[in-house]
Amino acid sequence: MILRRPFFWIIGIAMLAFAAAPLGKNVELRESLVLAAVYIILASNLNMMLGYAGYVNFGSIVFFGLGGYFCLFLMSARDWPLIPAILAGGIAVSFLAFLFGIGILRLRGVYFALATIGVNEAVMAFVNNFEPWGGATGIYLSTGIFQQLGGPASALWIVYYLLVATMGLSLYLSYFVKRSKFGLGLLAIGQNEDAAAVLGVPTPRYKALIYSASAFLPAVAGGLYFFKGAFIQPPDAFDLQLSTEAIVITMLGGQGTILGPALGAFLYEELRGWLLTSATFSSFQLVIAGALLLVIVLFAPGGLMGLLHRRWPNLKRFLE
Amino acid sequence: MSALLEIENLSKRFGGLQAVGSLSFTVVEREILGLIGPNGAGKSTVFNLINGVFAPDGGRIRFRGADITGEPPHRVARCGLARSHQIVQPFIGMSVLENCTVGACFGRGNLPLARARETARETAAMVGLGDRLETPASQLTIAGKKRLELARALSAQPALLLLDEVLAGLNPTEVDHMIGIIRAIRERGTAILIIEHLMQAIMSLSDRIVVLNSGRKLTEGAPAEVARDAQVIEAYLGDPELAKTLKGRKK
Repeated sequence: MILRRPFFWIIGIAMLAFAAAPLGKNVELRESLVLAAVYIILASNLNMMLGYAGYVNFGSIVFFGLGGYFCLFLMSARDWPLIPAILAGGIAVSFLAFLFGIGILRLRGVYFALATIGVNEAVMAFVNNFEPWGGATGIYLSTGIFQQLGGPASALWIVYYLLVATMGLSLYLSYFVKRSKFGLGLLAIGQNEDAAAVLGVPTPRYKALIYSASAFLPAVAGGLYFFKGAFIQPPDAFDLQLSTEAIVITMLGGQGTILGPALGAFLYEELRGWLLTSATFSSFQLVIAGALLLVIVLFAPGGLMGLLHRRWPNLKRFLE
Repeated sequence: MSALLEIENLSKRFGGLQAVGSLSFTVVEREILGLIGPNGAGKSTVFNLINGVFAPDGGRIRFRGADITGEPPHRVARCGLARSHQIVQPFIGMSVLENCTVGACFGRGNLPLARARETARETAAMVGLGDRLETPASQLTIAGKKRLELARALSAQPALLLLDEVLAGLNPTEVDHMIGIIRAIRERGTAILIIEHLMQAIMSLSDRIVVLNSGRKLTEGAPAEVARDAQVIEAYLGDPELAKTLKGRKK
């Protein structure tokens, strides 16, 4: 049944395109696609909070950073192989998110958004002083670590394919959540939380669950990303700027849609690449991101997908 | 007739205001019970206490034999108690069908998605929104939104439906239509507790009426008895002399 939905194949084709594009040893293209994949993972998981449940999570990067830390710690101090380490990181971060969620999901609107920044800052301050994780100096992996994947060159390719798979899983997760009863409850919460509760939607449980679920794949991605660099330290792991960019991306593509965050991430990454390399704009990247966010919120609250759907309503059936 | 909802000594205070005080009444199965009273009498607060939006300061609420006092709204809904809001609260970004599906999914039936959609279709048709299933809720008229509010609550297949001023803001034709729908709901076996300011409507709809004033029960009885009660007339018109004159004139 699911195989008959055009959407299922669109995600598959996008993954294949990502996988095939840098073949023939085009390392430069691969590195730019790594970043695009990370953006897509962050944005489409954020979208389940922001677009479905209507909760603005400014600190979603904390999942990415913690995932990286768990993974690198397990690999360096406990000699775990990569795959178990990223999975353990994902599970641990999901569990932590569930606990944080129970605490801060009582807050709404601006207060929730502020609390998510607080969580990120508190975790960063903690890690800065947490000796087992290297404190402010962070964790370095020895170069020998890549031997388990057949040396550095092949390890980078394997990590790239794992990231592309994580990206695909993020999109499928967004899709299945949105099409489920759980997703319907989340959308109801996003529209009017009080009315949803009166209709029987178990709002506290659903919110904590989606907060926790939206932490898993970003944490896995964090593990992969920092393994690839063989190095992690607090300012890189808990970089609020990436969180903010994930929000811009989600809004740009169309919050609440499934493909929107992916489309937004791709365009944003292209734009960012161009701005960073252009002589005139190189230090204006965030200014442009801010202005972009303002324009979207004011003139196209539905983002790119909203514009497409309005122009061609039939498109809704294919591009969800 | 067995009791469906039993309210005992219910109280709620907001700062210095006793919104509801030692209120007791019972709704029996298949009954339409009207809850009336002047503005600020505490009617909507009673609804909010029953379905868990507020926790009461004192008293007990029993629904179908189970104690639901202080339970959060989503648990109360799951027990089979649905309500409509005085100020309609549709999910404006969703279609009529999706709105009703939420009700069917998470209400008493706790239905899976596909079956919830069927139930939602049926209830939407029952309130006359059958040809608007794909319309976004934001595009409905006020009368349409009121019907949607009702359909959404009804999709939960409740044992008891709390209706908070579903007739307010409707024109006479729409009122007649809505009254027909409410009667049809009762025919299906759902008990109804209804707040309404439109006296003619509530007098003809209700089997019994409870009158509230300043959070306390003034009286309770059949519509005709209640309408003749001097205290009730006084509460509404605020002048005992006028109440007597009116009573005299009737004689």
